[in-house]
Formats: sequence, structure tokens, C-alpha cells
Amino acid sequence: MLGADELVINMGPQHPSTHGVLRVKLKLDGERVIGSECIIGYLHRGVEKIAENRTYQQFAPYVDRMDYVAAVSSGLGYCEAIEKLLMVEAPPRARVIRTILTELQRIASHLLWLGTHALDIGALTPLFYCFREREEILKIFEKYCGARLTTHAFRIGGLQYEAHDTFEKDVERFCKDFESRIVEYETLLTQNRIWIGRTKGVGILTAADAIAFGVTGPVLRASGVKWDIRKAMPYAAYDQYKFEIPVGTTGDTYDRYLVRMEEMRQSRLICLQAIENIPTGPIMAKVGKVLKPPPGEVYHAIEAPKGEIGYYVVSDGTVMPYRVHIRPPSFINLQAFDRMVRGHLVADVVAIIGTIDIVLGEVDR
Amino acid sequence: MNALFQATIEFLKAFWAPLLCGVAIVAILPLVVGYIVLVERKLMADMQARLGPMRVGPHGLLQPIADAVKLLIKEDIIPDDADKLVFWLAPVLSVGAALLSLAGLAIGPAFQIAQDINIGILFVVGVSALGIFGIVLGGWASNSHYSLMGALRSSAQLVSYETAAGMALVSALLFTGTLNIKSIVEAQSKEGIWFVLLAPVAFFCYLVASIAETNRAPFDLPEAESELVAGYMTEFSGFRWSLYFLAEYANMIVVASVATTLFLGGWLRPFASVSWLNVLDFLPPLLILAIGAYCIVRVPKQPTRVQQMFMLAVAGLCFVLGLVLLAPVVVPVAKPFYSGIHGGFWFIFKVSLYIYFFMWLRFTIPRYRFDQLMRLGWHFLIPLSIINVLLVGVALIAGAYFHLQGWGLLLVTTPAAVIALVVALLILAAEKSRGARPDQTAASDFYAG
Repeated sequence: MLGADELVINMGPQHPSTHGVLRVKLKLDGERVIGSECIIGYLHRGVEKIAENRTYQQFAPYVDRMDYVAAVSSGLGYCEAIEKLLMVEAPPRARVIRTILTELQRIASHLLWLGTHALDIGALTPLFYCFREREEILKIFEKYCGARLTTHAFRIGGLQYEAHDTFEKDVERFCKDFESRIVEYETLLTQNRIWIGRTKGVGILTAADAIAFGVTGPVLRASGVKWDIRKAMPYAAYDQYKFEIPVGTTGDTYDRYLVRMEEMRQSRLICLQAIENIPTGPIMAKVGKVLKPPPGEVYHAIEAPKGEIGYYVVSDGTVMPYRVHIRPPSFINLQAFDRMVRGHLVADVVAIIGTIDIVLGEVDR
Repeated sequence: MNALFQATIEFLKAFWAPLLCGVAIVAILPLVVGYIVLVERKLMADMQARLGPMRVGPHGLLQPIADAVKLLIKEDIIPDDADKLVFWLAPVLSVGAALLSLAGLAIGPAFQIAQDINIGILFVVGVSALGIFGIVLGGWASNSHYSLMGALRSSAQLVSYETAAGMALVSALLFTGTLNIKSIVEAQSKEGIWFVLLAPVAFFCYLVASIAETNRAPFDLPEAESELVAGYMTEFSGFRWSLYFLAEYANMIVVASVATTLFLGGWLRPFASVSWLNVLDFLPPLLILAIGAYCIVRVPKQPTRVQQMFMLAVAGLCFVLGLVLLAPVVVPVAKPFYSGIHGGFWFIFKVSLYIYFFMWLRFTIPRYRFDQLMRLGWHFLIPLSIINVLLVGVALIAGAYFHLQGWGLLLVTTPAAVIALVVALLILAAEKSRGARPDQTAASDFYAG
């Protein structure tokens, strides 16, 4: 039947489970994948070029539109990069609030990943449970800065808005509820025979491969490499809090699932520690209305939910950056896709696309 | 010409009742399917902490009608490169087979279109399996990779699981010695025990196989939306698509009906032979009257006048239905209609429970991968069901030897079921030691089934 010939099949850009406009050209032998090619660029907006024609502050909202499900994290990376270029530091209060919001964003991003990943594998229900909790986080964002998705929550030099009155209470209530909610997701999936059958041993990425591909984030940690920028090069206020970095052993889809689940728990703990003691004081460092960083270049990376998001900014001393290069985690992680998918079945392809946790806005920029 | 006219009259005279029933099924089934879909969406919403359809009619009660109208007025698209004739024929074939197999089923002792055909079960199972032609042809004719793969998966899956389902049916048929649907239910009435208790393993095998046969989650690979977009239905839209949809749900009704007939006592009330439990006869009318009363309570909560009127209409319908069900129990004149009316209720009730189980599974667990599905079928379900046939046979011989009847048969069938269970566990353990993961170098000839 099909066994004799190769079958080339286009998955995407319009496909229910390519998470946006990713197009994957699959070479199949029957149902087995013998080769794959990711075709990207359907969402290319030239973000890096836009940066060269905007002032430093004007460009900040654009980075929210790259990884639009974790806009707070991308924003934090950009603001800190420019702060480094300006050689200013955000005040302690701003740093703690930034940490809390970024960790909430991590949870929100992982929740979205969990829901869609489970949906790809055929579990319909976790999606709605995840969205229920994500909604709570988005409500906190909305109360804080008025926006839910592309928040533009931070400013270069600190924060524009003081935390709203119920900020600590809201975060605490969310964290309290969230503990039992994770258990709820895990009862549906972690010990489920079908879930284990679909994810264990699927899309294995060895530690050596992961490093060679430059993969970062949960995908790297699931392969057993203990690398987290929050620990390795602390930024914001991470050096003040205790948290574990979960690592996997085999680097398969199931490990990546476990790592992300544990990361959500750790993020919750960080939030709880942070709201206990938010320092008082100003929320904005002394930066002028017009930012003119001294000529020079800087690379600053933070641990976004999907991995290392890095900003390489070159200044020529004017109000606009000479060049901004962005290292998006999704784009780099996607490069390992072909390695992970070879030899697997079509059904595993969607599991693997899901487990890398890509956002096409960030891949294509 | 006159002779032909005469022959037609003769034919109509002899078969007016089944013909009427046939027309009724064709007319009502789409509506029933629509409401099954609504129930499914409502259940799914309930399990997923949301409301489901709420817009069309009170609590979305008119949603199926809106959906049907939408599907009917959609543009009818046939892809350029499709094989037009086959593309046209395939959904018709699918839905035709599904409807035809409904003819053999007995919804209560009075309602059966193909009255007393002696190959009853075989007819139903055989004809419903013909629906696969519609799927394969539809997938092939649409000239798309996704469709083709969905169709191939579907045919391989159906062939594999049909075997297990057939063997499970054989286990149950051993108790009756007949394929006639009415006789099967009467045998359960005579024995005073449903076959689900006598052959639990067979029921389990049939349950799993029937889910796979109807392409329901977790075995919904032919239309796995996250992999194959919509499988064999990818290129179909509008009315053709709804025909496939209709066929799928009709097939669900068919497998649920077969299971009800063979294992769950058909139209019999639970403990039909225990006279002091006759109070159970009050359950159906009271249940439906209670639903009607609840609708009355909800009337003032409806936002618009139209919706209030609609809710009242639903309540009225429930009251009428409840009274119809109550009549044979309390009014002596209506007594002869008891078995017809209450039989219908219990049959539909059991079928609903069976379908509810399907839905529950769908919302709860992820989907199998294709190789896992085939392994489950060939390595687990088929051996188990074949061994179960042998064990049930041995148990029956032992039962005849000791002159066991009715509940007494449990003495021999329970050990048989336990042995089958041990066998099942052994097979599972063997599978596990062989490794849960298929070796990646092996030939990928899953369609070889």
C-alpha cells in the first residue's frame, strides 16, 4: 500500500495543531516520518528592522508582540538590556514587582502550553482547566497595567505604575488556589497510561544534542542539563529567592512535561516568597525623558518561559538603536525538531511540536 | 400497468407498518442525532467548567436545528481533483449502511422494522460494517493525503476491531443459541439474568471494540483532528459532511443498541422477573415528570418571552410523555401497551447510558497512537475475546451438566470470567516485558491488518 513510496505531506500552515502558522513538510514512509523540514516566516514582521526606526521607548511595546503569550517576559528582557546599556539599575521595589509578574507570566505561558499540548494528544479537558487559571493571572495583569496579553508592563528604568492596592492579596489568592489546581491537571495526565504511552520515549533529545542545537529552557533542562539563567546569571530579584531547577533524565516528551509542571510549582513558590516582602521606595530609576545611551553594545538574556530570550543592542549614541538583534528561544528550539521527529509516527509529530512549545510570533518575528 | 399497481397495493398492504417505521427513522434520526450532539456538548461543557451552547433557545435547546439549517445552506464544495461520482456516493453509502442497520434493531417488543429476521444480530453487525466503504471511498475520492490516511486508518481499525467485537458477540450468543433479536431478549427474560453478568469479559471486549469501531475517542484516529485535520472528512463540507456525521452517530446508536440487546437485557426493566420490584415501573414516568416540573421552575428565569414559551412547551411535552408512561402502570385499560411503552423507555435509557459512557471517555482521556491501537486490538483484545469464547463454552457445558439455570449459571460463568481476567493480565504483563515502545526500525506496515 503506502509502504512502497515516500509520501510528502504538508502539515500547516493551516493545520489544527501547528500552533500558528508553522508549516512542516513531512516525508513519510507509511505513517513513519523519515524526514522533515520546517518552513517558517509566515508571520515575519521585521521586528528587528522596526527597532532601528524607533526610539528606545517606542520599541518596547513591539517586543510584547513576539512571544505574545509571555509578553511580560520579553518586555523584561528588553528593558533590562537597555538599562544595562544606559548603566542604570531599576530600584529594588521595581525589581521585585517585575519578578512577581514575570513568574506569573511563566505560569500563564506554561498553562497555555499544557492545555494545547494535551489537546494535541487528544485530551480535551485539561485545556479548559488551564485557561481557567490563566484567566486569573490575566486578571491580575489587567488590574496592574490595564492590558491582558500584550501588557507592556515595564518601562526602561523601572515601572510606570505602582502596584494596585490588592496586588499582594490577588497574587497570594491565586498562588493558594493554584496548588490544588496543579494536582488536578496531574490526576488527569501524569499517571494516565495513554498519556505515558504517547509521551514516554517520544522525541528524545540527548543532552549533547540539546547543547549542540543551542536549545534552552525546559527543553534543555528535560535533557538533564541544569542550566537556568535565573540561577546562572541572576537578574531582576531572583538572587533573593529560593527555588529549585527541575531537570529531566531522558529528554523525552514526558520529561519535558514533568519539568514544566514542576517549574509551575517553583514559580508559585517564588511568587509567594516575593509578596511576603516587597520593599518600599521608588519604582523608577532616574532616567531622562529622552534616552541617549552612550555608544556601545550589550547582550542581555533572561530566562523566558520558553528558554533564553536575549537582546543584543548596539547604540550609536542617538535616540534610536543602531541595531537590535533578538535571540528568540522558540526559533532556536525549533531547530531541534527534525532530530526529535525522525523515525516517529505522524501522531508523534504533533506531540513533538507541542512539547517544544513554540510561538510563531517569536519564531518569525 | 394495472398488474403493477395491484402488486404495489399488495406490497403496501403487507408492509405498511415497517415502511412507516422506516420513514419515521429516516425523518427522526437526524433530529435525534442533533440532540445527541447537543447533549454531548453540554456534558463536555459541564466537565470542562463552562456552559456550552446557550444562545439558541433556552439553554441552547434549539442549537441542533440552527446547526442543521447552517449545514444545509452551506456551499457545496467538491474539490477539483476529486473523483466526483465517488465523492458524491461515499457519504450516501455511509449513512445508508448506518440507517439500514437500524432496521434490524428492536426498540421494545413492538418496534422493529425488519420483524423477526432470524439472522438479526448478524444482519445489524454486517450491514453497519458496510459503512466503512463510504469512509474508504470518501477518503480516496477526495484526493488528499490527510483524507487518504484517515481512510486507511479507519479501514484497518475497523477490520481489526470487528474481529474482537464479533468474538465478544459470539460469547453472548452461546447462551441463546439464536441470532434473532427478539429471542435473545426473551432468553434473558427467561433466565432472569442479563448476559452482562454471565459474560462480563465479553461485554468488556465488546465495549472497547465498539468504541474503536465507531471511531470514538480514545480510538478516534481516523479523524484525529490534531493530526489529520479531520481525517477522511477533511475535504467534505456542508451537507455531505453532515451525512458523515449522521452516519457516525447513527453507528453509535447501533453499537449501543447491539450491546443493550445482547448484554443489558434489551427492553427489559431491571429485575423484570422479580414481582415485588414492580415499583420500579413508576421510575420512568416520575423521572420525566420531574424533568417537566424542573422546566416549569426554570420558566421565570428565561430572559425573553419567546424563551419562556419554549420552556413551557418543553415542560408540556415532558408531562405528556410522563403521563403516557404512567398510564399502563395505573390504568388497567392501558395495560396491554405496557411492554411496548416501557420497553421503549428502558431500551432508550440503556442505549443512552452506553453512549454517555462513550462521551465520558472522550472528555477524559487522550488519544491512542495508531500502532498502540493496533497492538491493543491484535495483541490483547482479539486473544482475550477468543479465549473467552472457549471459556464461556466450557462454562455452559458444565452448567448443562449440573442443570444450572438463571442466576445459578453464575456458579460456572464467574470462574470462567476470572480465568479470562487472569489471561488478560498475563497478556498485559507479556506486553510490558516486551517493551512499551515499538522498535523504530521495524517495518511500518500497520495497515497489513
